[in-house]
Amino acid sequence: LAHGAGGKATQTLVEAVFLEAFRNPVLEQLDDSAVLEIGPSRLALTTDSFVVTPLFFPGGDIGHLAINGTVNDLAVSGARPLYLTAGFIIEEGFPVADLIRIATSMREAADAADVHVVTGDTKVVQRGKGDGCYVTTAGVGVIEHDRRLGPSEVRPGDAVIVSGPIGDHGITIMLARGDLGIESDLVSDTASLHELAAALLDAAPGVRMMRDATRGGVATVLNEVARAAEVAVVVEEDAIPVRPEVRGAAELLGIDPLYVACEGRFVAVVDGAESDRAVEALRRHPLGARAAVIGRVGEAPAGLVLLKTAFGGTRICDVLVGDPLPRIC
Amino acid sequence: MSRVGRDLRVAGVVQGVGFRPYVHRLATGLRLSGRVGNDVAGVFIEIEGTQENVTEFLSALPRDPPPLARIDRVHVTACAARGADGFEIAASRDGGAHGALVSADFATCADCLRELFDPADRRYRYPFVNCTHCGPRFTIVREVPYDRPRTTMADFPMCAACGAEYTDPTDRRFHAEPTCCPDCGPRLELGGSTDPVGDAVARLADGQVLAIKGLGGFHLAVLAAHPTAPAVLRARKHRADKPFAVMVADLRQATELCEVDEIGERELTGPRRPIVLLPRRADARISAAVAPATSELGLMLPYTPLHHLLLRDLGEPIVLTSGNISDEPIAYRDADRLAGIADAVLTHNRPIHIRADDSVVRAGTVLRRSRGYAPEPLVLPLSCPQPVLACGAELKNTFCLTKGSHAFLSQHIGDLTDHETYVSFTESVQHFQRLFGITPRVVAHDLHPDYLSTRYAGELDDVDLIGVQHHHAHIASCLADNGETGPVIGVAFDGTGYGPDGTIWGGEFLVADLSGYERAGHLRPVPLPGGDAAVRQPWRMAAAYLPNADLPVTRRHKTQWAAVVAMARNGVNAPLTSSAGRLFDAAAALLDVRDEITYEGQAAIELEQCADPSTSEGYPAAVHDLVVHGEDLLHAIVADLHAGVDRAVIAARFHNGLADAVVTCCARLREHTGLQTVALSGGVFQNALLLRRTAAGLRRRGFRVLTHQRVPANDGGISLGQAVVAARRTGG
Ligand SMILES: [Fe+3]
Ligand SMILES: [Mg+2]
Ligand SMILES: [Zn+2]
Ligand SMILES: [Zn+2]
Repeated sequence: LAHGAGGKATQTLVEAVFLEAFRNPVLEQLDDSAVLEIGPSRLALTTDSFVVTPLFFPGGDIGHLAINGTVNDLAVSGARPLYLTAGFIIEEGFPVADLIRIATSMREAADAADVHVVTGDTKVVQRGKGDGCYVTTAGVGVIEHDRRLGPSEVRPGDAVIVSGPIGDHGITIMLARGDLGIESDLVSDTASLHELAAALLDAAPGVRMMRDATRGGVATVLNEVARAAEVAVVVEEDAIPVRPEVRGAAELLGIDPLYVACEGRFVAVVDGAESDRAVEALRRHPLGARAAVIGRVGEAPAGLVLLKTAFGGTRICDVLVGDPLPRIC
Repeated sequence: MSRVGRDLRVAGVVQGVGFRPYVHRLATGLRLSGRVGNDVAGVFIEIEGTQENVTEFLSALPRDPPPLARIDRVHVTACAARGADGFEIAASRDGGAHGALVSADFATCADCLRELFDPADRRYRYPFVNCTHCGPRFTIVREVPYDRPRTTMADFPMCAACGAEYTDPTDRRFHAEPTCCPDCGPRLELGGSTDPVGDAVARLADGQVLAIKGLGGFHLAVLAAHPTAPAVLRARKHRADKPFAVMVADLRQATELCEVDEIGERELTGPRRPIVLLPRRADARISAAVAPATSELGLMLPYTPLHHLLLRDLGEPIVLTSGNISDEPIAYRDADRLAGIADAVLTHNRPIHIRADDSVVRAGTVLRRSRGYAPEPLVLPLSCPQPVLACGAELKNTFCLTKGSHAFLSQHIGDLTDHETYVSFTESVQHFQRLFGITPRVVAHDLHPDYLSTRYAGELDDVDLIGVQHHHAHIASCLADNGETGPVIGVAFDGTGYGPDGTIWGGEFLVADLSGYERAGHLRPVPLPGGDAAVRQPWRMAAAYLPNADLPVTRRHKTQWAAVVAMARNGVNAPLTSSAGRLFDAAAALLDVRDEITYEGQAAIELEQCADPSTSEGYPAAVHDLVVHGEDLLHAIVADLHAGVDRAVIAARFHNGLADAVVTCCARLREHTGLQTVALSGGVFQNALLLRRTAAGLRRRGFRVLTHQRVPANDGGISLGQAVVAARRTGG
C-alpha cells in the first residue's frame, strides 16, 4: 500500500473508499476540519491519527504531535480550539515510563494551546501488532467570525505566505531514526498555531485560507489550492524560507524540502494588497518570526503550481503519487 | 479518337514539394487535359486523353517525383471524360479526410544557393530565398492543406514577379508556397541597422554573443575559435559542460575540425542538415569551452540562406546553440528571454509557428529526431485500427500519433518538468492532431506515476489508457525502427525507468514482442541512494556499489560518504535499481572521470571518450540465473587501479566486460527461448564502444542484431514504442 505520503494516492484512497461510504455535504468539502452549524454557533470538528517513528525525537514526541496536529487543523480552519479527545492503541509490553512521558507532553502541549483533553480511550494490542504506540485525537473549536475560509476562496492576485522555515519536522525525524549516523542540531517544528492563525485573521480581513503543511509538505498544500480554486500558484524558489541545516540534509537525502512535512507551519493565502500587513502580524509572534511571502496566485495555467528558479526557469511542482521516485533516465 | 478519363488520389508527402508542377509537366507533355490540386487528403488529379497517353501517365507518375516528395499510395478510378480544356492547377479545396503529409523543413537547395550568390539575380543575397525543393515547411504551417494563406507567409502578398513564377508551371517556384523576394518577402532586422548581415558579422568577429532567428527557433552564436566568447556564452546560458554545436561554412571547414568519413559527409551535406557528431581533430582550431572533455564535435552545415550569408562573410566557424537558458525550450516567437544572454538579436518578421530544435545524428544513427525529420511519418510494421496518442517519457520527451500504418513522431520536445516545455508539449499534441486529422481513441503512457506525460494522459477524456513499461517501450521502439514485430531478446540499457515491481529498472533483458514482455534477466540491483540525487552525483553510485572502497573518490567525498552508504544500506530514499547507466556512473567516479554531472549521461559519455579503443580484453562478470553481476566489473577496476594500470585501458576493459556479459546473457536466453534475434535499445546503447562490441559479439555467436537508426535509442524513442505496443494491444 503506497497510500501514505499524502499525495495523489492518498486522495484516491480517501475518495474511492471513505467519501463513497460516508458521502454527505460536509464531508464532500474534504477539508481538514468540518464546519458545523449548530443553532446560532459554528463549530469546527476534526480528527487525526498519529503514527511516527521514532516516538521521541528532538523537539517533541508523538504526544506533542497528537495535540498540536488537531489544534492546528482547528486553528487553520479559523476556529478557536476548545476540547480534545485522545485515543491510544498501545502495543503489549510498551514501557509505562514512555506512556507517562507521552501523556505529560500531551498535557504540556494542551496547556500551551489552551485546550482540554476531555475524554479518551485506550486499547492494548498484541506484541508485534503496533509500533509501540499510536495516538488518535479529535477536537472541537468554535468559529467566532463569519468569514469564509478555504482553498476555493483563493483568487488571482492573492499572495501566498508560509509562516516559517519549512521542512524542519520531516528532516528531523529522518535524522532521528539514527540510521544515517548524522549529527544534527535540528529540532522538529511541532507547535500549536492557534495564536498565529488568530493573529493573521485579526490583521488581514482578506485571508482566503490557511492550511498546516503536514504530510506532503508545502507543495501538496499549494497543489490543493491550485486545483480547488482553478488558479495558478507561482512560487519564487528563492523566497521560500529553509534553514541551511535542513537544506543541506535534504540535499544529502535527495529530498525536496517543499515536499517535507512540517508540524508547526502553515501556508496562508491572503488578498495581495494585504500581504505586507499579514507578514508583519505573523512576524510579531515568535512562531512566525520568519514568515514570508513566497509567491502569488495567477489565472493561468489553472490547476498548476509553478516554481520560479534562480536561473529564471519555471518548473512544474506537481503532487507526488507516493514516495519520490527517480525521473531522470 | 475516343478519350478516357481517370481520377487519382495521391497520398504521401506531396504538398509543398513541387508535386503539382511535376504532375502538370507530365500531363501537358502527354497532351492530357484536366487538373491537379491539393486537399486535406493529399493531391487529387483528374486527367483525360487518349487511352495510350493516360496509361503512360499512370506508369510514369511514380517514376521520378521531385526530390522532397514521397508517394505512399495512388488510388485510381475510371470515369467519363469531362471534356476539359487544357490542364490546370486547381485551387486547394477543404473538406474530406486529413491525409496530406506535411513535409519537414529542408536546407537551401543548390539552385537557390546559386541565386543567393549571383550578383545578377534579383534575389542576390536575399536571406529568404527558397523554392519547391527547399525551405521552411513544418515550422511555418498553421493548418492543412498546405498553401500560403495557411502558413506564416500569409502576411506577405507576392509581388508581380514572384506571382509570375508561382503561376508558371515550368518554373522552379511554381506553387512554392513560401516563395518571396526582396520586394515582397520578410526582412532582417538588427536593432535598426541598415546592414543587418554586415553588422552581425562584425559583432561576431568582435567576440559578441548574437541571437539569430533560424527555422525552428532562435540560436545563440559566437565565434568558435574566439579566446573568450564561448566561455562567456556558457556563463550567460548557465550551461556548464554540455558541448555546443558548431556551424561550418562548408565541407572543407568541416574537415579542418573533424575527421569526416563518407557517412559523415552524406549526413552533413544532405537536405535534412542535422548536427553530425564527428571525431575531433587534435589540431582543430576551436576554443576549449566549445566542447570540454569530449573527443567529438557536433558540426552542421548552413541550412538557411541567412546561415550561408553569415558563414561566407565571416569566413570561420561559429558556435550555434539553441537560444535558451540551460534546460528551457528554444525561444521562437521573440527573443525577449535572450536579452541577458545576447549582445544583439538578428531577427526577421517571418513568424515561426512551431518550435523545432536541430536534430543530432552520429554514424548513421539519429540521436535527436527533430528539425529536418519531423513530422515525416514512419511506416509501421502493423496497422493501427484505432488512432493512438503515445505521450512519451519525461526528459527527452517526444510524443507520437498513429493513423493506419503511419506513425507521426513529434519533434524533440524536451524536459516536461519545465513549464514552457510542458506547454509546448500540449500545444504540439493539438497541432499534430489538427495537421494530420487524428483524434486519438487510445492513449499510451509510461508506468511512472509522476511523469508529467503520464499525468497528461490521465486527464484526457473519452480515451482508453494503456500503460506501457518503459523498457518494453524501448524494445518496441527498436522493433518499429527496424520494421519488425518480434519476438526478440530485448536488451534495454538506460538510466532509470519505472519497474512494475516497485524497483527502478535500467539494465533489462526482456523476451518481448509488440504486445508484451517478460523480464528474463537484468543487472543485479543496487540501492540508488537519494534517487535523482544519485543520478546527478555519480560518486554516490561508487558508494552504493563499493561502500568499503579506499580510493580517491572515497576521500574526495569523505564528509558524505558514510551517510550515503548508510542511506543505501538502510533504504533511506534509496530504491533498488538495476540501471546500466548507474553502473557506468560508478565506474566513471572510480576512475576519477566525473563525480557530478551537469547534463544527462555526462559521466558515461566522458568515460567512453576516455577509453582506449585498441584495448581488446574485458573484465569478467558473473551471470547467474540471467542476473549480470555488474559489481564484478567494478571490483576489477579497483584491482587494476591498485596495480597502476592506465585509466584508458581500465575504461576500455570495463566497456568490453559489460558487452561480453550482455552477449553471455543473451546466449543463455537463447538456450531457454530459441530466439535468434536481439534488439538493443536504451540511451546507454548510444555508447559507440559498448554498442560495437556488443553487436559484434552477438553476431559472432550467430545472432541477428537490431539497433536503432531512424529513431533515437534514448527516451526520444519511447513514444514510438508506446504507440506500437498500444496499437498491437488494440488489435493492430
Ligand atoms: Fe529510458
Ligand atoms: Mg491533519
Ligand atoms: Zn531551392
Ligand atoms: Zn517578390
